[in-house]
Amino acid sequence: MIASTLRMGRQRRVLPGFGLSLGVSLTFISLILLLPLTSLVGQLAQLSASQYWFLITDPRIVASYGVTLMAAVIAALFNAVFGLLMAWVLVRYEFPGKRLVDALMDLPFALPTAVAGVTLATLYSSSGWVGQLLEPLGISVAYTWVGIALAMAFTSIPFVVRTVQPVLEDLPAEVDEAAITLGAKDAHAFRRVILPHLWPALVTGTGLAFVRSLGEFGAVIFIAGGKPYETEITSLMIFVKLQEYDYAGASAVASIVLATSLALLLAINLWQGRFIKRLHGGRG
Amino acid sequence: MSIRIAQIDKTYGRTRALEPIDLDIHDGELIGLLGPSGSGKTTLLRIVAGLEQADGGTIHFGERDVTHVHVRERRIGFVFQHYALFRHMSVFDNVAFGLHALPRAQRPSSGEIRTRVMQLLEMVKLSDFAARYPAQLSGGQQQRVALARALALKPDVLLLDEPFGALDAKVRQELRRWLRHLHEELHFTSLFVTHDQEEALELSDRVVVMSNGRVEQIATPDVLYRQPANRFVFEFLGEVNRLEGDVEDELLTCGNARVAVPEVGDGRHELLLRPHEIRLAEHANDRAHLPVTVTAIVPVGAEVRLELEADWLGEPWQAAVSHADFDRLAITRGKRLFAIPSQLHRFDTARPQTLAPSF
Repeated sequence: MIASTLRMGRQRRVLPGFGLSLGVSLTFISLILLLPLTSLVGQLAQLSASQYWFLITDPRIVASYGVTLMAAVIAALFNAVFGLLMAWVLVRYEFPGKRLVDALMDLPFALPTAVAGVTLATLYSSSGWVGQLLEPLGISVAYTWVGIALAMAFTSIPFVVRTVQPVLEDLPAEVDEAAITLGAKDAHAFRRVILPHLWPALVTGTGLAFVRSLGEFGAVIFIAGGKPYETEITSLMIFVKLQEYDYAGASAVASIVLATSLALLLAINLWQGRFIKRLHGGRG
Repeated sequence: MSIRIAQIDKTYGRTRALEPIDLDIHDGELIGLLGPSGSGKTTLLRIVAGLEQADGGTIHFGERDVTHVHVRERRIGFVFQHYALFRHMSVFDNVAFGLHALPRAQRPSSGEIRTRVMQLLEMVKLSDFAARYPAQLSGGQQQRVALARALALKPDVLLLDEPFGALDAKVRQELRRWLRHLHEELHFTSLFVTHDQEEALELSDRVVVMSNGRVEQIATPDVLYRQPANRFVFEFLGEVNRLEGDVEDELLTCGNARVAVPEVGDGRHELLLRPHEIRLAEHANDRAHLPVTVTAIVPVGAEVRLELEADWLGEPWQAAVSHADFDRLAITRGKRLFAIPSQLHRFDTARPQTLAPSF
């Protein structure tokens, strides 16, 4: 067994540059990703288990988990629907200004999140353009969880659009037509034929949008208002702890966000691998 | 179910895709639409299917006017060139798709669906593959799944768009024969598109030859091959050799070549002949003096194919001779022989003419 592994190792690769490119990649991963993570773990090491538990179960912080999770879930679901629709429109129809809309989709990535936050806050505050109109209806957006979800949705929409779009482009119109010639109603064809194809991309995109929303700070902070137990998000709690020079406390809370995000990303990857394997006949 | 296509036409922007077309297809007939790419054959097929709308004209299936009926209510089966299988579904689910899509009132029970699907898979000889996914099948197998899927709802009409176009030559042959047998068994009315003349001639009861959005000829393969309506059909259906020269007193001269052409008036004429309409001999006779040199020999298949060149020929002729003749004449490359045509075709008159003088 070991002998055969060794022999495999000595086999010459046809593609050149394996050693160099892998080496450089690993160095970068170490510097940019692993080193900061290590320092985070280092900070945590100063805490005992009971201290750690006490820090992460502080009622005010637990409340922030709830607010963050709920807002992120709502933002992600909103993006799943709206992002799918946008991708569908951008791929399947021709209309004037299509390229402009396509380019606008990336705006949330390009715009500094703080700018987005300030803009949304002024727009939806009770004296803002939109907030003014919503106020008499009894809907307040700024300084409530609705505003948090809105800001999260704004910054993470491109994840869904940009993951679904190429998959939809790859789906030949013939497959649609085949379903319709077989008598399928539009809704049936969409649900049974198109959606299953888009499903992995849609779940990945929504998952990424969700993970991004969990950690969003800049865009949310201005519109959230920061009322303890009500509109404080977890990333704000980390920031507050940092301002108090409580590095260990900040790391403890950050580790929770990190663990959730990592677990989710890993789960998506594993699930997607299984699905894609089926499309390629269990061989890929 | 018969299909009656009347005055169907279609224009894309400024290009005329289809001139007004009339076509009657009898119940149980297998019709091939043959033509080069851009001839409008696929457009016509998609209009019959309802995947595209004609600008004018009507389509009837039997007595039913389907001109404005939506695809899903037309009761057609459609087979696509690239199969268009649902990749995330097993073979079984692909074939069952149409049955599952039926409104609840008409939908058979799941037991009935299972029986029907297994029966269809049996018919396309894929019973053992029911649980596989499309990506695990070869191209030929995938196309058979597509066919079973299209037949699952017992359509009035089966439409196939270049069904064997994406397959390699050997599989194509097999599937062609298999489809022919299946058609003899089930007698579905069927219309298929192809650009392969051999395929059209082998499969169809009648062939519709199209070019530039027009129907050039509709005929049985036999008639089509022997009595092509015009030069386009003649050239499209097989290899063609050209002979051009001046005719005087029913004798065509071209350089040092001469051939008797009865009933042809004086002047410059172009005559055509197929490779198998050339016989080779050691000596010229009094009606044909066509000296040629053998420049290439392909001794594969039922006949030996030869390439013939001569000073008086613009481009080399292709000839097909029997192995017996090939051995008798001891043909080698560079050998000089005389070509004796058994038939000559001419299309420069109002009606195409076949000259079969007793050479």
